[in-house]
Amino acid sequence: MSRLIALEDDDHVQGPRDAGLVLIEYGDFECPYCGEEYPEIKAAQQAMGDALCFAFRHFPLRNAHPHAELAAEFSEAAATIGRFWEMHDRLYENQQALDQGSLVGHAKQLGFDDKLIESALNGDFAARVQKNFSGGVRNGVNGTPCLFLNGRRYDGARDTQSLLQLFREVAAR
Amino acid sequence: MSTTSAAMPAVGQPAPDFTLQATPEQTLSLAQLRGKPVVLVFYPADWSPVCGDQIGLYNELLSEFARYDAQILGISVDGSWCHAAFSRDRKLNFPLLADFEPKGAVAKSYGVYEPHAGVSERALFVLDAEGIVRWAYVSPIGINPGADGILDALDKLPGKSGLPS
Repeated sequence: MSRLIALEDDDHVQGPRDAGLVLIEYGDFECPYCGEEYPEIKAAQQAMGDALCFAFRHFPLRNAHPHAELAAEFSEAAATIGRFWEMHDRLYENQQALDQGSLVGHAKQLGFDDKLIESALNGDFAARVQKNFSGGVRNGVNGTPCLFLNGRRYDGARDTQSLLQLFREVAAR
Repeated sequence: MSTTSAAMPAVGQPAPDFTLQATPEQTLSLAQLRGKPVVLVFYPADWSPVCGDQIGLYNELLSEFARYDAQILGISVDGSWCHAAFSRDRKLNFPLLADFEPKGAVAKSYGVYEPHAGVSERALFVLDAEGIVRWAYVSPIGINPGADGILDALDKLPGKSGLPS
């Protein structure tokens, strides 16, 4: 449980990859705790600017959250047209609307064509989501949201102020 | 079984056998599972308020455990009807055993009973197909240990077959 978790080439990131602070979230679009965490991280990102790199990886709890897997696959489909983060934000801002019909609606709003929607519904992005999930299990993800800062799992308070305090402490090391 | 706690079985030692209720109607003995690896998950209580809790996480990983032909068993001091309701609510697909009467006797035999709270500690044991302890870990009670340690231990079992690299 002491492995350092590093950014990978195919991670979705916001902020410079070589930032001094790298925060990786393993999240589930249907998890209410992830939904609560979403604005906290966003505010922390705004406060930190380019000092922070934020990456999101999928960890759908499929038994507990029946829509989480397909939502994750749709976000990966969005990534193919450069709109991963728009879909990420949209899903967390609309956690009550994650059924298949709603996902197709979100996809259309983001400019998916019919072929991409069909591809997302056909499970073409399932392997990518599974890769994140399996890697997360091996990395010691123990629930969602699960945060890693500069490679180490962080189990403390996750509100914006606590995160900013943590960032200051880690940056000072 | 004694009412005082034994020491934790060391790696290389046989895991203490037990027979517990797996459902209100059925019991399960550890010895019945000889021939396949077993993951014993002692946990404090059903109905953890956290959605990403430890038991829910393992329920998502049954296909991973199946690749090792491993059987995972949850054990807490909750009664079998409580386990049945919890399993139904969380859609769990592995057995939860009731270490209920005498309370915590199996946890005590594994040295992982917490007498002040009256519950089991959060402890993990990986047993090989012969019922020998190959890995043991006690997590701080508030910290969900995840599954990486379990999978690493299953990787190291001798004679594992049919595994992806």
